[in-house]
Parts: sequence; C-alpha cells; structure tokens
Amino acid sequence: MIRLLLQGDCWLILPVILPLLGALLSFLLKKQPRLPGVLGALVTFFASAALAWKLVSHGGGRYYLGGWQPPLGISLRADGPAVLMVLMTAVTGLAVSVYAGGYFQSRINKRGEEQRHLAQERSFWPLWLLLWAALNGMFLSADIFNMYVTLELVALSSVGLTALSGKPASQVAAMRYLLVSLLGSLSFLLGVAFLYKVHGSLDLLAIGAALSLAPAVVMAMVLISVGLMLKTALFPFHFWLPPAHANALAPVSAILSGLVINGAWYLFFRFWQGVLPLVGEGAATLLAVLGGVAIVWGAYQAFCQQRLKMLVAYSTVAQIGYLFIIFPLMEMGPEQGAAAVFYFVISHSCAKAAMFLAAGTLFLQVGHDRISDLDGVRQVLPKTTFAFALGGLSLMGLPPTGGFIAKYMYLSQAVSQERWWLVAVIVAGSCLAAVYICRAVAHILSPRLVAVAGPVVVAASMEWSALALALVAMLLGFVGPLVLHLIEVAG
Amino acid sequence: MIWHDWLLVMILLSSLGPGLIIFSLAESSRASRTTLNIFGAVTKMVLVLVMILGIYRGHSFAVHFTILPGLELVLRADPLSALFVTLSSILWLFTTLYAIAYLEDSPNRSHFFGYFSLCVTVTIGIALAGNLLTFLFFFEMLTLSTYPLVVHRGTAEAMAAGKVYLVYTLAGGILLFIGVVWLHAMAGPVDFSRPGLLTPLVAGHGTTLKIIFYLLLAGVGVKAALFPLHGWLPRAMVAPAPVSALLHAVAVVKAGAFGIIRIVLDVYGLDTARTLGLLLPLMLLSSITIMYGSVRALSQDNLKRRLAFSTVSQVSYIALGISIGSPLAIMGGMVHLVHQGLMKITLFFCAGNIAETLGIHDISRMNGVGRRLPVTMAAFTLAAMGMIGLPPMAGFVSKWYLGLGALAQGQGWIVWVLVLSSLLNGAYFLPILYGAWFKEQEGEWPADSGTVGSLESHWMLIVPPVITAVVSLLVGLLANSSLSPLAWVRFIVRTGYGL
Repeated sequence: MIRLLLQGDCWLILPVILPLLGALLSFLLKKQPRLPGVLGALVTFFASAALAWKLVSHGGGRYYLGGWQPPLGISLRADGPAVLMVLMTAVTGLAVSVYAGGYFQSRINKRGEEQRHLAQERSFWPLWLLLWAALNGMFLSADIFNMYVTLELVALSSVGLTALSGKPASQVAAMRYLLVSLLGSLSFLLGVAFLYKVHGSLDLLAIGAALSLAPAVVMAMVLISVGLMLKTALFPFHFWLPPAHANALAPVSAILSGLVINGAWYLFFRFWQGVLPLVGEGAATLLAVLGGVAIVWGAYQAFCQQRLKMLVAYSTVAQIGYLFIIFPLMEMGPEQGAAAVFYFVISHSCAKAAMFLAAGTLFLQVGHDRISDLDGVRQVLPKTTFAFALGGLSLMGLPPTGGFIAKYMYLSQAVSQERWWLVAVIVAGSCLAAVYICRAVAHILSPRLVAVAGPVVVAASMEWSALALALVAMLLGFVGPLVLHLIEVAG
Repeated sequence: MIWHDWLLVMILLSSLGPGLIIFSLAESSRASRTTLNIFGAVTKMVLVLVMILGIYRGHSFAVHFTILPGLELVLRADPLSALFVTLSSILWLFTTLYAIAYLEDSPNRSHFFGYFSLCVTVTIGIALAGNLLTFLFFFEMLTLSTYPLVVHRGTAEAMAAGKVYLVYTLAGGILLFIGVVWLHAMAGPVDFSRPGLLTPLVAGHGTTLKIIFYLLLAGVGVKAALFPLHGWLPRAMVAPAPVSALLHAVAVVKAGAFGIIRIVLDVYGLDTARTLGLLLPLMLLSSITIMYGSVRALSQDNLKRRLAFSTVSQVSYIALGISIGSPLAIMGGMVHLVHQGLMKITLFFCAGNIAETLGIHDISRMNGVGRRLPVTMAAFTLAAMGMIGLPPMAGFVSKWYLGLGALAQGQGWIVWVLVLSSLLNGAYFLPILYGAWFKEQEGEWPADSGTVGSLESHWMLIVPPVITAVVSLLVGLLANSSLSPLAWVRFIVRTGYGL
C-alpha cells in the first residue's frame, strides 16, 4: 500500500482533496468549525510539502483522475512552477489559518456580538478551505476547461469571503467584485470555447505546441487575457481591488491579496508562456507598460491613503505591476524571466499576507487603522509591528529579504538586456514603495509614548503567525538556489 | 569547514545574538540587558583579537554562502577589513558603556540597545564583506538599523530628521544597487580579492565603467557625507549623544568612507581608476567637502551641529587620501579612518556629558565649563587639538602623510587645502576651548544635575571619553611603534596592494 502510494502520482491529488475534505468537515461540524479547519490546513500543508519533495526527488508527473484519459477524463500536471505555487499557498495558507483561529476567538471574546462572530467563523472555514482546494486545482490543472472551473470556484468562494464582514462597505465591494469576477470568468470561458473549436483539445501543452495566429486563436487569446487581467486587477482594471481587499476581515484580506490574485496571474502567465514567442515585442511591451503604470499609480495611491489596510491594498495594485513588466524580459531569457517573476510572486505572497495580518491585528487592538493615530502601538504589539515592517522591507526590495533577491533578478535582466525604461520603472517602483511604507512604518514603529487603548486583546497566535510569515519572506532572501531548483523541474 | 572559518560568523553573531535577546527583554530588566551588552562587546573584542593574530600569521578567513546561482555572500578578513573591524569593536565597547549611563531611566531602552547591537553587527558585516554584493547587502541594512536610533527621542524634530535621513540614504542605496547590478551584468560578481577584474573592460566599455563608478560613488557618498550629499548629517544630530558618536565615528559615515576605499582600490583598482580619469574628480570633490564642512562649522552655535560639520570635513580626508593615490597618501587616508574615529567619538562623548550634566547645548553658553567639568573638557581639548592637527596628535599624523603623499604625486595644491583646513579647524575649535577654560561662568547652568560624590558626573560618562582621548593621543605619539594603526596601515598598503 505504502509502496503504491510512493510510486503512483496520486500525491498530486492530495493538495486538492484534503482541503476539500476539511471544508466538508468544518461545514458539517457547525459547533466546532475551527478544529477541522485548522487540522485541514495543517494536513494540506504537509501534503503540499510532500508533493514538493516528491517533485524534486522524482521529477514532475501527470495524474488522470479515476484513471480516465483525456479528452474524457480530468488530468492534473505537476511541474516546478505549479508546485511552487502550491507550496506558496500552503505556507501562506497555514499561517493565515492559524491566525484566523486566534482572530475569531479574540473577536468572540472582545465584544458583545458573539452570535454574529460565531456565524462569521462558521462560514469562514468551509469557504476558505474550498478556496484553497480550488487554487491548488487551478495550479495543477493540465487542461483549460478545468482551469475555468477552478477559476470560477475561486471567484465564488472569495466573493463569499469578502462579504463575510457584513459591513455595508464590504457588501458593496463584494458585489462589485462578484460582477467583475463573473465578467472575467465568462470572457475566459468564451476564449476557452474558441480554442477548443480550433484545436479540438483542451490540454494546455498540446494547444501551446500547435498554436498559430489564426483569427479565432487571436480572439481567444484576447478574451482570455482580458478576463484574467480583470481578475488579476492589472491597471486599469484595478478599481475593484482596494475596497474589496481593505474592507474584508483580516485573514480574508491576506488570502485575497496574498493568494487569489496570484492564482489568476498564474493562469495568465501559463497562457502567455506559449503565446509569447508568436506575438512578438509589441504585445509584451503593452503588458509591461500597463504594469509600469500600475506600479507608479498604485504606489501614488497607497501614499495618499489615510487607512493602513487601504494603503496595503493599493500596494497590492502596485506590486501586481511587477508581475506584468516581466514579459518583455522573457523574450530573450525565458528561464531567467520565469525564475525572477516566480521569486517575486512567492516573496510578495508571504510579505503581503504578513502585512495584512499585522494590519488586522492592529485594527482589532486599537479599534481603527488611521495611520496617523497609530503612534506608539509598538509598545503594545511589538511582534506585530515588527512583522509589518519586515514585510515592508521585502516590498521595498531591501536585503535581507526575498524581495531583494527578486528585485536583483529583475534589475539584472533589465540591465543586461539594456531595457533602460524598465530599469527606470523598477527603480521608481522601489523608491515609491519605500516612501509609502516608510510613512506607515514611521508611525507604527514610532518611539513616541502614546497611551494606546487598554490591555492586549488579540490572541498570541495572531502575533506569531504574522511574524512567522514575515520571517519566511526574510528567509526567502537566503534560499535562492533551493527555490530556483524547484522552479526548474519540468512537467 | 574548520573552526577558523566560523570565526567571522561568530564575530557577527556576538552582537546579533545579544541584540535579538535584548529586543525581547522587558524594559525593567536592566541588569540582564547590561550584562548582555557588555558580554557581547567583550566577546567580540576577543574574537577580533584572535582574528587579527590569525591574519598576522598569514591565515585566511573566508565564509561563502550562495544566495542565487553564481551569486555569493562572502565574508572575508583581509588586513583592511581588520582595521575597520577592530575600530568598530573597540569603539562599540566604549559607546555601550557610555550609552548605559547616558540613557539611564529614559524610556525604550530595550528597543534602543537592540537596534544598537544590530547596527554594530551590520557595520562589522560591511567591514568583513568580501565582495560587492555582500557590501551592498550590509550597506542597505545599515540604513534600516540606524533609522530607529536617529528617531529615538520621538520628538517632531527627530521624526523630521529621520525622514530626511531615510530619503538621503535610501536614494543612495538605490543608486548603489543599480551600480552593483550593472557591474555584475558586465563583469560578473566583483570579488574584492581579485583586483584587476575590470581592467580588460576599460578599452571597450570605458564610458560605462565611468558611469557605474559615479553611481557607486553617489551611493556610498551619501553615507560618507560627501558634498553635496551631506545634508542629512547635521540634522541627524537630534539623536541621543551615543548615537551621534556611533554614527560619526564608527557606523554610518565610516561605512561610506570605507566604501569609497573599497570601490577605488578593490573594485576598480588604482591603475584602472587612474586610466579612466576617476581620481581627479574624487580629489576635487573631497577637497571641496573639506573646505565646505569647515566653513559651515564656523557659523554653528549648537555644539553638536558644529561637530557634525566638522565630521563632514574630516571624513573627506579619507577619500582625499585614496584619490591622491600615492602609497603615502593612501596610508594617510586609511589611518584617518581610525584617527578621526577616536577623536570624533571623544568629542561627541564630551558634548553628551556637557548636555547631560549641565543641560548646555550651545557653544555660547559654554563659558567656564572647564572649571565645572575639568576631566571632560580635558578630554575634549585633547581631541580638538588632534582634529586641528597639532603635532604630535593623531590628526597631525594623518595630515602629514596626506601632505607627503600629495607632494610625491605632484599635487602640491593639496598641501594648501590641508593648511587652510587646519586653520579653519583651529578657528572653530579654539574659541570653544578658550571660552571653556579661560572665560568666567555667566549665570547658572541651565540644568545642573550635580556632582556624583567627588566625580563631576557619572563615572561611566567620564571613563569612555578619557580612554578614547588618551588613545587618540597615544596613536599619534607612538605612531612609529609596531602596534600603532599607522603600522597596520603600512602593512595593508604593502601586503594588500603591493605599493
């Protein structure tokens, strides 16, 4: 039995099945949703780590669900980038789950509205674990129809999570998010239909190998790209993101900014990997220009915000830009480009999730998140403020963090290809990030002695999980060879 | 890996470890914080001593750590890094002692000493960096670990100064980052132990190499307070005295000056730098900075601001020596790294004493201070005389070698710069000394905290400046002995650069 497990590729399915199981259990155990929720997260984490270990030691593989071959069956594929994303989701997801446990407990303890908070928690765990399963399914999908299905699942569960907080602002934001998401999914589905009509296949690799620039294919690519850009919130499609991410519950904000955005982008990247050699410089440059504008505009908006969570949300808008300026660089060095952008994605995921978690802790403790009134909060929550600052360092691209390594790879590519305008964009982005992050950090780390509201009301697990995630972002500054080794494993 | 490869890592950990523990200590656990601080500082001194003995016997210490394929962090102890490491670890011990007494009963001490230790760790990292990437790595971290110290007081003025400090240093950091990446793209990783790496590129890529040089120079020049990038330094004076002492004598400004030495001597190499015509602009820039700093110092009434502009001026002697490029001038520049550190830290300790004990911040209020604080003012006087360059003090030795080196290189005008600068130094230091010793006290001291027994102030505020003042006298007096910094610098120039 054990040998069978080791030999077969059923390892691939575990990161999808296990969170699904956790979602089911936490839905059924209404009285105690937290226990199956956290356990599910823990088991999924180990399954994802095992998958990564299996990939590095035995190489990539495919898995046909129930033994059914395509075109009838569902097939999963594991290669370096896919498993890296699964692993990233596992690390961030585990930290968020631990955080969420403490978060809901603290909220239940804090105020009078226990029933409302209990109800929130009851909906949170199934939705979150369903989202996790769908994300892993999306990363490991080999065919484009499954990608659509998982994309839709991700969208619906994240909209549900966004609406969870119940405040009017978050209801409006969730509604807008739902409409945008549906539009994006429909556009994607239409593109998939075109591709299927032309190629008679749903396998991404097969389609990529036979790709031409027939009008129908171009149409399909435009539809798919626009759909995914909507979901990734690339400028100018970013309008829905800040209110949705900033008004959600703290763990949900971290999930949305740290994981969900990356999911849609990952699909975009996978499609464009195949298309890029065909379409030439122009399209890639267009994407990079949009990315560049996103970097500058998002950073400017982040600087203008008065609320900490809005600042972090706009920072996501800016950081998304980096995911798109990589495309022109990939024409001359596809491998290095992919390595740089994936390094950026995982560093950003950990750092951004840590910052949102920390911001949520501050919010819960102080009762607001007005940046200028957060002076002296360091004395109450030293670990949380430190986690926020450390996450900020990674976004600024300063050593010793994963963000530094990623920025180094970006700059090194841009300089050696002599694309000076991209060098300028990257540098400007780093400067602007430094400005808005320092503005926030100067307040929350301020040495001023200000009486901050009462005793500590947040659970210790909230402080530690954010700090752990920030430390992972820092650790990524030292494990470059390991990560690159994982990325390079072929499917 | 044998034990002595780990020595360098242990030198870093000897301050990082205590620093991290101190962060987690409660504000009230004064005894354990002090013990940790002193334990760390003494351990580091011992480890550094072992390292120096090793280097002297011809051991080589190096640690490599790969962070990306083909890209390594390298710690390596060569004679030049030993110079900076020794200076940092000795002065750290004294500054720690001083800071413990200085910050007695003030808030946020755990925070302060935590960042203090981080700052020293990073400075040692800069000193031990074996390649350009490692240098960049620690150089950027220095900005972040010093910022909380600069804003430690938390006043509006401190926060504003902190903002200026961040703007300057982060901008400099980005320029340095671009320069390093660009150089890596052209020549591969730049290791300090392989000079001449860039020589083959001079013919084809001369202009690019020049641009990169100016990027790197601007990057480190911000911290070295080269004109016109010095604007942050006088403002950063709002920090507590031990921080100013550390910033000016050991950490930030020195890291910048050390970076200039590394870039000219170890990245480009003297010959390449000369071929590309990079030395003359650096020489002009540092001469201008020397004059500018001295002139601005004249008109400052706040004691710490006057000392700050004096730092702007004095640190450029180091860059000047390197840019002249003859062996004697390089010796003069390098030895000034140590000499200026000893003298300037004494001056800041004394300025801190005067402010802490009597509440005096302005020079115009200092009349008669010599009678109330005789020991402090004696140390101040020794250091100020050294700064002016009176023989046989440390500052004289530096200037003597700079002058000789300039003459050897046929740059006689440099001697005039040195003479004029010495006159200006005299013009801004001597009135302080005259007022303190010979004028009568005018009215009450603003806030006299009283004598401690028979001592003029807390003993931990007096002992560090006295020791550093005496050492700064001795290094000048005994410059020719085999244990002096000058002798070590001669060793560096002979063995390290074959000059």
